Amino acid sequence: MTVPSAQGIPAADAGDLRRRRQRARNWALLAILVALVALIYVIAIVRMGGG
Amino acid sequence: MSDAAITIGAGAGDAIEAGSRVRDFVQLLKPRVMSLVVFSGFAGLMAAPGQLHPVLAAVAILCIAVGSGAAGAINMWYDRDIDAIMARTRGRPIPMGRVDPDEAVSFGIVLAIGSVMLMGLAVNWLAAGLLATAIAFYVFVYTIWLKRRTPQNIVIGGAAGAFPPVIGWAAVTGNISLAPIALFLLVFMWTPPHFWALALYRAGDYAKAGIPMLPVVAGSRATKRQMLIYTVLLLPLALAPWLLGVAGAFYACAAALLGGLFVVAAVRVWYDSSERAARQMFAYSILYLFLLFTLLILDRTPGLWNGGAA
Repeated sequence: MTVPSAQGIPAADAGDLRRRRQRARNWALLAILVALVALIYVIAIVRMGGG
Repeated sequence: MSDAAITIGAGAGDAIEAGSRVRDFVQLLKPRVMSLVVFSGFAGLMAAPGQLHPVLAAVAILCIAVGSGAAGAINMWYDRDIDAIMARTRGRPIPMGRVDPDEAVSFGIVLAIGSVMLMGLAVNWLAAGLLATAIAFYVFVYTIWLKRRTPQNIVIGGAAGAFPPVIGWAAVTGNISLAPIALFLLVFMWTPPHFWALALYRAGDYAKAGIPMLPVVAGSRATKRQMLIYTVLLLPLALAPWLLGVAGAFYACAAALLGGLFVVAAVRVWYDSSERAARQMFAYSILYLFLLFTLLILDRTPGLWNGGAA
């Protein structure tokens, strides 16, 4: 049974929304971390090359 | 539950319960402010004599952007109480309850430290030090100390926004000379008339939030007089890059014209009793700085009309 929240959104839907947003944030964080690793790699190559 | 949720109410509490979206964190970075900061930083980078590897130049710009965003996020965290009162700011992620204040400040601090460290390691430590100073100035001097205490808040606090061209310059040269100081002064003198134009037609909002902006404390007449003085002083200052040999004659002519129009805008505000001229001046002030730095960049671009002055 779904229990309505203060805004009238069923609790099950609210939980699902929360999970979806958490997943999106996790993916964004992963993308940032991968981009940072790639960036630091490129910077190291440039600096070692005398850039 | 966080203090923001308590002050903002049950709806906001539900929003926090549902978790924040990636878009909310992007909004914390004040993307519109960031665009002007990045652009002025890029202008400083282009105006500086010397060479910087394109990858390192891109990293320098990225660090300026992220540092600016970090300062914006910390500012939104600190100002969440007054942001909830003002119409212009009540749609921000924290007053809307979409981002928890603790998450916002953590986000800002991590980005601030990260951007300064990356600038230092990838570019140079002078640029990193200047970036750290700019962030600290915006957070501690402007946001925490001056904003709620004095009508001169944006005059002194405006220094934070004047740092990016100096950071760009320092990223290339590793030092500071008269030219980047002139660019600093240019943005510094531009900031008061820009913000007071906004404050003139948002005075009620600022008064409600208890922020002592000049129109609230001294009235519109005194504010308009100050705006006129600053725009007149800005006129010769915008020519400094040409006088110092950083920009060519085309820049000088265009800067004089743009500065003249800025003075005209301030004169129109002086004679206008409605909000119209102030709104137009605010819009023009943004265009003014964009065009001025565009001219500086074009002037320094090899192969264009000047082939890079000096």
